[in-house]
Amino acid sequence: MTPTASRRNYQLPFTIRIEPRLNVPRWLAPLVSVGAIVVALLLGAVVLKLVGGDPLAAYAHIGRAAFGDIGVFSDTLVKATPLIMVGLACSVAFRMKLWNIGAEGQFYMGALGASAVILSGLVPETASRPVTIAVMLVAGMLCGAAWGLIPGWLKAQLRVNEIITTLMMNYIAVALVNFFVFAVWSEGGFQMSKTFQKAAWLPRLADYAKEFTAFRGLTTHFGLVFGVLAAVVAWYILYRSLWGYEIRLIGDNARAAEYAGINITRNTVLVMMLSGALAGLAGVSEIAGVVHRLQTSISPGYGFTGIIIAWLAKLNPLVVIPVSILFGGLILAGREIQPSGVPRLIQGIILFMLIASEVLLRYRIRIVRTAAVGTEA
Amino acid sequence: MADSFLAVEMRGIVKRFPGVLANDHVDFDLRAGEIHALLGENGAGKSTLMSVLAGLYKPEAGAILVHGQPAQFNSPRDAIARGLGMIHQHFTLVPSQTVTENILLGLDEPRFLMRLPNYDKRMAELGTRFGLQITPQAKVWQLTVGEQQRVEILKMLYRGVQVLIMDEPTAVLAPQEIEELFKTLRAMAGEGKSIVFISHKLNEVMAIADRITVLRHGRVTAAGLRSADTSKAELAKLMVGRTVLFDLDKKPQAPGEAVLTLDGVCADNDKGRPALRNVSLAVRAGEIVGVAGVAGNGQSELAEVITGLRHCTAGRVLVQGEDITNRPARLAIHKGVAHVPEDRAHVGSAPNLSITDNVIMKSYRHPPLAKGGSLDRSAARRNAERLKEEYAILAPSVDTPVRLLSGGNLQRVILARELSAKPQLLIAMQPTRGLDVGAIEGVQRLLLTQREAGAAVLLVSEELEEIFALSDRIVVLYEGEIAGEITEHDPEAIGLMMTGGKRRTGG
Amino acid sequence: MDPIIILQAGVASGTVLLFATLGEIFAERAGVLNLGVEGMMLIGAMSAFGVTVATGNGGLGLVVAMLMAGALSLLHGLVTIHFQADQVVSGLALTFLGVGLSLVFGEGLNKAGAISLLPIYTVPGLSAIPFLGPILFTKQSVMVYLGYLLLPAAWFYINHTRPGMHLRAVGENPTAADAMGLNVYRLRYLYVCVGGMLAGLAGGTISLAISPGWFSELTTGGQGWIAIGLVIFAQWDPWRAAFGSYAFGALRRLILDIQGPTTLFGFANPFYYNPYWGFFLQMLPYAFTIFVLIIGSREALRKRLGAPAALGIPYVRGERGI
Repeated sequence: MTPTASRRNYQLPFTIRIEPRLNVPRWLAPLVSVGAIVVALLLGAVVLKLVGGDPLAAYAHIGRAAFGDIGVFSDTLVKATPLIMVGLACSVAFRMKLWNIGAEGQFYMGALGASAVILSGLVPETASRPVTIAVMLVAGMLCGAAWGLIPGWLKAQLRVNEIITTLMMNYIAVALVNFFVFAVWSEGGFQMSKTFQKAAWLPRLADYAKEFTAFRGLTTHFGLVFGVLAAVVAWYILYRSLWGYEIRLIGDNARAAEYAGINITRNTVLVMMLSGALAGLAGVSEIAGVVHRLQTSISPGYGFTGIIIAWLAKLNPLVVIPVSILFGGLILAGREIQPSGVPRLIQGIILFMLIASEVLLRYRIRIVRTAAVGTEA
Repeated sequence: MADSFLAVEMRGIVKRFPGVLANDHVDFDLRAGEIHALLGENGAGKSTLMSVLAGLYKPEAGAILVHGQPAQFNSPRDAIARGLGMIHQHFTLVPSQTVTENILLGLDEPRFLMRLPNYDKRMAELGTRFGLQITPQAKVWQLTVGEQQRVEILKMLYRGVQVLIMDEPTAVLAPQEIEELFKTLRAMAGEGKSIVFISHKLNEVMAIADRITVLRHGRVTAAGLRSADTSKAELAKLMVGRTVLFDLDKKPQAPGEAVLTLDGVCADNDKGRPALRNVSLAVRAGEIVGVAGVAGNGQSELAEVITGLRHCTAGRVLVQGEDITNRPARLAIHKGVAHVPEDRAHVGSAPNLSITDNVIMKSYRHPPLAKGGSLDRSAARRNAERLKEEYAILAPSVDTPVRLLSGGNLQRVILARELSAKPQLLIAMQPTRGLDVGAIEGVQRLLLTQREAGAAVLLVSEELEEIFALSDRIVVLYEGEIAGEITEHDPEAIGLMMTGGKRRTGG
Repeated sequence: MDPIIILQAGVASGTVLLFATLGEIFAERAGVLNLGVEGMMLIGAMSAFGVTVATGNGGLGLVVAMLMAGALSLLHGLVTIHFQADQVVSGLALTFLGVGLSLVFGEGLNKAGAISLLPIYTVPGLSAIPFLGPILFTKQSVMVYLGYLLLPAAWFYINHTRPGMHLRAVGENPTAADAMGLNVYRLRYLYVCVGGMLAGLAGGTISLAISPGWFSELTTGGQGWIAIGLVIFAQWDPWRAAFGSYAFGALRRLILDIQGPTTLFGFANPFYYNPYWGFFLQMLPYAFTIFVLIIGSREALRKRLGAPAALGIPYVRGERGI
């Protein structure tokens, strides 16, 4: 075959081609994620500089204020605790391509449920701690599950877009909690209820300062245990159980799952309920472990951070734990950074960079030498 | 030969995709006023070559000359501007828009305001001029496949193409419609237009083409053969590289009891129109019943009704005497109904999951794969490795995501899954579509093995040769009804039934 | 509780939803789902307010708002069109980004403007039409009139022009559009940008005309999400989108007004005597959005119509298989 194409212009001795990747090396995915975060932090620094802040000082502050010593690390863990459960809630739902953006509202409903059983007197003040906590857990998780059930049912039966329904439910939940706080259980007209009895408080490390002096001042509470347990259970469900197989199959190809005889409607509802229950659990944990009463602002947007955590953890329940700790630190330390929108901005940039970077997992760049026309490299 | 004779010349075309060299220094030339067939089996590189000519792909190397002048296409628009147009296997029509709008798609006219009534008239005139009847105001989704193809042709003619490339145009047509198409093509060639006819069907190529070029594995094995100078046997050899012996060794055997009985089944399609009308059918153990018919006459709906994936508006579906009408798909699977679906990638498999995960899709609920509520992963893995070996699935490991597998290997995964459960009833939908000859033979042998083992097999295929070779009985589905049933090898009778002609029963 | 006032205010605040919904309709008709509308609106609101307060020029503020929101939406376009990332998650990321950026750059802008920064007009003659005149043409911001013009223009563009036909083709069957020589990528970028700019315009309308000022996230209060829901209710048709938008606007005003009077239709007004019941009223727009979504979804199911066929699916040339 004699090549006859004429070359009118000078051509580079190589061409750059972008083509789909045939296989993804195992080390590439974590590397890309880490790279994305680094780039995100750099971009965040740029923005900070633009508004007159000092990025280096800000980041150093975050590092110190979140992980500097045992005391602040303990506070970071406190912030991380609800994040773990919300991150799990999002991971489980996203596995089935159910876009649960309503973790925030389900969180509030969990808090409401747990508070309601205390404030309404359903659980007498004389009840023991295990009983009280247990009832709060059940009530909170049921409320969260119910809040997930509604959009789940609408999606399963009527194909209603769950992104918008779950989001709307967020606003409704917040308004509902506001109502109860102001109208029903308000203490002295303020926007909070009375403080709960001690039996409704989750134990903290600091409670044992008498036995272990090292625990003095450490606010990490039992909710962390719930979080870790929930992560292990979620991991088991997704990766070892039959149900988890069905969830993963539906998430990958719903039509194939249908063809395999799996009931998509039922699973949609169940998974949304599970997701809601997990977010509700986060709410219970926050109420029983941190604020000890019902108030209007319990969450600085945990539900939304949960989305980012789930995505960064690649929907793996166990990875959610360390990622939540990272973001917990960010939220904790970020409270002191001016302007106040910075932590939220950084979270947004991180998620964006994560998504943008995924292209590197799907395509690769090949540099092909074109030695002479007509021959292939 | 004089360059001015040649409408198109392609020289040394190289086109590469990741992992595949689709065109390996291919030469091709096309004369004015001729019908030139591009022959080759699935995956030989014919569509790729023509896609390069039509401006869809840029070749890594090689040159194209149109009427002797060099041509560089950056997009299909450039190619059309030079008079080259391609009609793809899957139509490039917008279903929700009208015929006229589709013909006008992508053009710079009308300049801003759509004055459809003017254009409707123009399109109708164009259609009459070329003998292609169309209704300009109709929305494309309302048209039959044959009518849609006419719209595609008109689209090209409206743009004044002189070279028309048609990719497997007869795949979706009944024999009578194919004749109509051939008439149209000959008329166009008579007017001086050139036609490239991509196909893998020897009969048609011999019938319509003036000259034939054969591709195999991306290379040209015969260039510009005159159809009068060659034979089917020779072409087959050029296509495949060895003498093709489709000797499947099908032994006659007496069928047993009816495994599948359909009794007056009616069902609607996705658009709410009736897709199956009063279908009654029986498939017995140890027999293969072939369903012939042009795609779109209810075959998909038939499979879905039997496997519990579609609602039956009337009638009954019985498997081994038990009424499973409108019961969930899980029950059909439980009763031993295996289903090899048409759409391997979007229905039959989960692309990002591993071979192991795909292969247990129907069996994961039962021991040994299920232990209590959890999945026994080592058992699943062992199972997958055994099947990988048994069905000769080529893949790096059982953990490979199936989207990375070739069409043939993916089909093997699906077959491994469906057949390893020793089904009582096997519904095979277009099982060999898009596979190369080796894989086709393998699949057909597997179907016969199932038959010998006593399974009842319902085979739906658009390849009449395959239906004839494998089936004990053949029914024809036309517009949702059983148009007839035969047992002897009679293409003309079948062709008539496939286009709504005589009804015949018995055989 | 004057119905005329409620409808008049409804048209005004509905204009915000109208712009955002129309923008999203353009993007979705081209096949790109942009969930970042809330973020785009916030960026638009912040930029418009900031620029106007600094320069005194409301028109400039609007232009900057549209540019900022459009630029951000192009990021979403890049990630979804060229990188083929999942459109849902990218849209969410865009929302976070928009919210974050507007909070950071809007820091210190928290001065509520007591007066509207854009002119208000009453159309002579038209405002005298009984019933409709006082609602549509009396003391409405210039943005409202812009909305009246944009609505039929959008409808006409989409349905009766050639570029509109190409827009629809790209969203229904991008393979066909590509094969016929349309640049699917470029067109999708274009309409995503148009969607973003209109969302920015919507945001600017809030901060310069309807609820002047910058109140951080409360400025939009979830209207971006409501707009996305309205697109489904509207079945991607501009006229239905307008109906939904204005109806929602009226609802928001109704919720405010209903808490005022001591009697309601002859009965004691429960919202007056129990002010905390106002929280349930606050839920109404969101509950209504769900309700409206249900209607839209059921209709789509029934008529077997629905979204542009290629909505949410990244287009890759050559995926047809060789």
